[in-house]
Amino acid sequence: MSMQREESLTTTGEVISNYTINFGPQHPAAHGVLRMVMELDGEVIERIDPHVGLLHRGTEKLIEHKTYLQALPYFDRLDYCSPLCMEHSYVLAIEKLLNLEVPERAQYLRVLFAELTRICNHMLNIGAHVMDVGAMTPNLWVFELREDCLNFFERASGARMHSAWFRPGGVHQDVPEKLLVDIGDWLDNRFFQLFEDAMSLVIDNRIFKQRNVDIAIVSRDDAVAWGFSGPMIRAAGIPWDLRKSQPYDVYDRMEFDIPVGTNSDCYDRFMVRVKEVYESAKIIKQCLRDMPQGPIASTDGKVSPPKRGEMKQSMESLIHHFKLYTEGFHVPAGEVYVATESPKGEFGVYLVSDGTNKPYRCKIRPTAFSHLQAMDFMSKGHMLPDATAILGAIDVVFGECDR
Amino acid sequence: MAVLHSAPKYASNEGVIDAISETISVWLIDAAEAHGEVIFRVQRDDAARVLQTLRDDHQYQQLMEIAGADYPDRAERFEVVYMLQSLTKNHRVMVKCSADENTPVPTVTTLWPNAGWLEREVFDMYGVTFAGNADLRRILTDYGFEGHPFRKDFPLTGYTELRYSEEEKRVVYEPVELAQEMRSFDFLSPWEGADYELPGDEKSRGAPTVNAVKTTERASQTGAGVAANAEAVKRTTAKQKASDQDAPGAPDPTSKEGGQ
Repeated sequence: MSMQREESLTTTGEVISNYTINFGPQHPAAHGVLRMVMELDGEVIERIDPHVGLLHRGTEKLIEHKTYLQALPYFDRLDYCSPLCMEHSYVLAIEKLLNLEVPERAQYLRVLFAELTRICNHMLNIGAHVMDVGAMTPNLWVFELREDCLNFFERASGARMHSAWFRPGGVHQDVPEKLLVDIGDWLDNRFFQLFEDAMSLVIDNRIFKQRNVDIAIVSRDDAVAWGFSGPMIRAAGIPWDLRKSQPYDVYDRMEFDIPVGTNSDCYDRFMVRVKEVYESAKIIKQCLRDMPQGPIASTDGKVSPPKRGEMKQSMESLIHHFKLYTEGFHVPAGEVYVATESPKGEFGVYLVSDGTNKPYRCKIRPTAFSHLQAMDFMSKGHMLPDATAILGAIDVVFGECDR
Repeated sequence: MAVLHSAPKYASNEGVIDAISETISVWLIDAAEAHGEVIFRVQRDDAARVLQTLRDDHQYQQLMEIAGADYPDRAERFEVVYMLQSLTKNHRVMVKCSADENTPVPTVTTLWPNAGWLEREVFDMYGVTFAGNADLRRILTDYGFEGHPFRKDFPLTGYTELRYSEEEKRVVYEPVELAQEMRSFDFLSPWEGADYELPGDEKSRGAPTVNAVKTTERASQTGAGVAANAEAVKRTTAKQKASDQDAPGAPDPTSKEGGQ
């Protein structure tokens, strides 16, 4: 911490003019490794310069050296709080280049698990946001629900977090029938009750409101100009949701509402997420109701691997399997930008293919970049402790921001 | 081509190229639609003007992303790609221009405030400069990093590595030392890709000699190797000894071994 001392113009005494302090890179409210150089006037924030990149791993460069399938698990490690939604953009980008048809059941499964991921992500963010402004209990309660979600992921894919379950052409494996039944039961008997209990502690809480209402108000025009997306743009009153406006998989068959804010402050961002959780639950129920039987991966043997049983019988399947797991599949030359609605906002993948089995370039558009960049503009004139509330309401994860 | 994939569907691309080309024709190099994406290639020096036209006259309000790409074979090796989104028309377009290390691209921070970090990232990763960007610092790489890591000629392993030095009580930077050589598997064609010899390949060089009839009457003829042969001899002699000593009707000792 450095202090500049100077003579006051109005009084004869010495005054402290501006502080420059370091927030992070290791701070519980920094949501990872974020370093913010803050210039303070007393306790009022004058300027914030966020330093990102402390978790930069060169994912995009690594992807250029892997085949399309081998590159998939890197996406789990971007936003490690909503891994399946990260994979979603990537597999859709590959499918768009291949113009590959995905069986209906696979599309339903993907939507179902993308929404479960959204709940899982919002449980973390809601809990962390509440804790950032001083409440402990709700975080512990919603983490119970997050744990349930992770158990569902484990039952579907074998891994709690890094599932690598969405594959180009569908999903890796079908889910057991019991899992679908259990998800339905969980929603009906456990989820709403526990979530409502936890939220009843926060939503009308006076301290929580004092910390969030009217903090970091962003106008509609600013939200658009700064490239906001997801709950951040919806809190500003713009009903913009890629699941609705640019539907992918079977989202066009789902009935759900887009919650929007009215005041565009941290409280609205929080409440948009709370409402979104209920909408996600609605979508999950529709998926469970409408999901047809059938194949869970593309029947194109040149892209998705054969079943083990088939491999024992058919020479062609065996060759396909060998070729897919050594050489991988080739993607036609071209470039696409595919963006989906991840829990944090628009998550895009710009994929350039040169016709070989490896991506020529894979640019990942993180949601956090445009949101975090607005940190300076949103925090100006607010108090130091408000910075944690603003950061909590942005919902930033550095695996994704720094790539 | 019929659309089979289930990637995000936005408003139709029909007529978009014509409508936009008309207004930016002075700066346009070419426009194309492929894989459902509309891409305009424009003159580098006029990129900002094109983007402003798209924002103000064609309702592409949001700049979602600026991506860099490296094509070392081209005269101007870098490409800067802008992804625009229209909230009102529900449509996306891409605008791209080519650049070199020494040819700055006009900044768009004047049009969109979030372009700052996006341009910083392209600069950090590729070394493309942006004229007019007042804050063109590195963003993702380490403080004091040298080079531009996403260029195709930058090695995947990098040039330096860091560790905490117990003696100096600080993090020190050293040239990369790999315990194992960096391997790059070329699976583009597993049938003919390898330029090294796999065990057994030597047999393919000459015609096989089939003069002698192959038998395995003795242990040395099985081809199992000296160590295995010695072991096999021990076992057979031990079995013989054991069966000599055992009472008639006792279980065969080999079955005991098999059960292990």
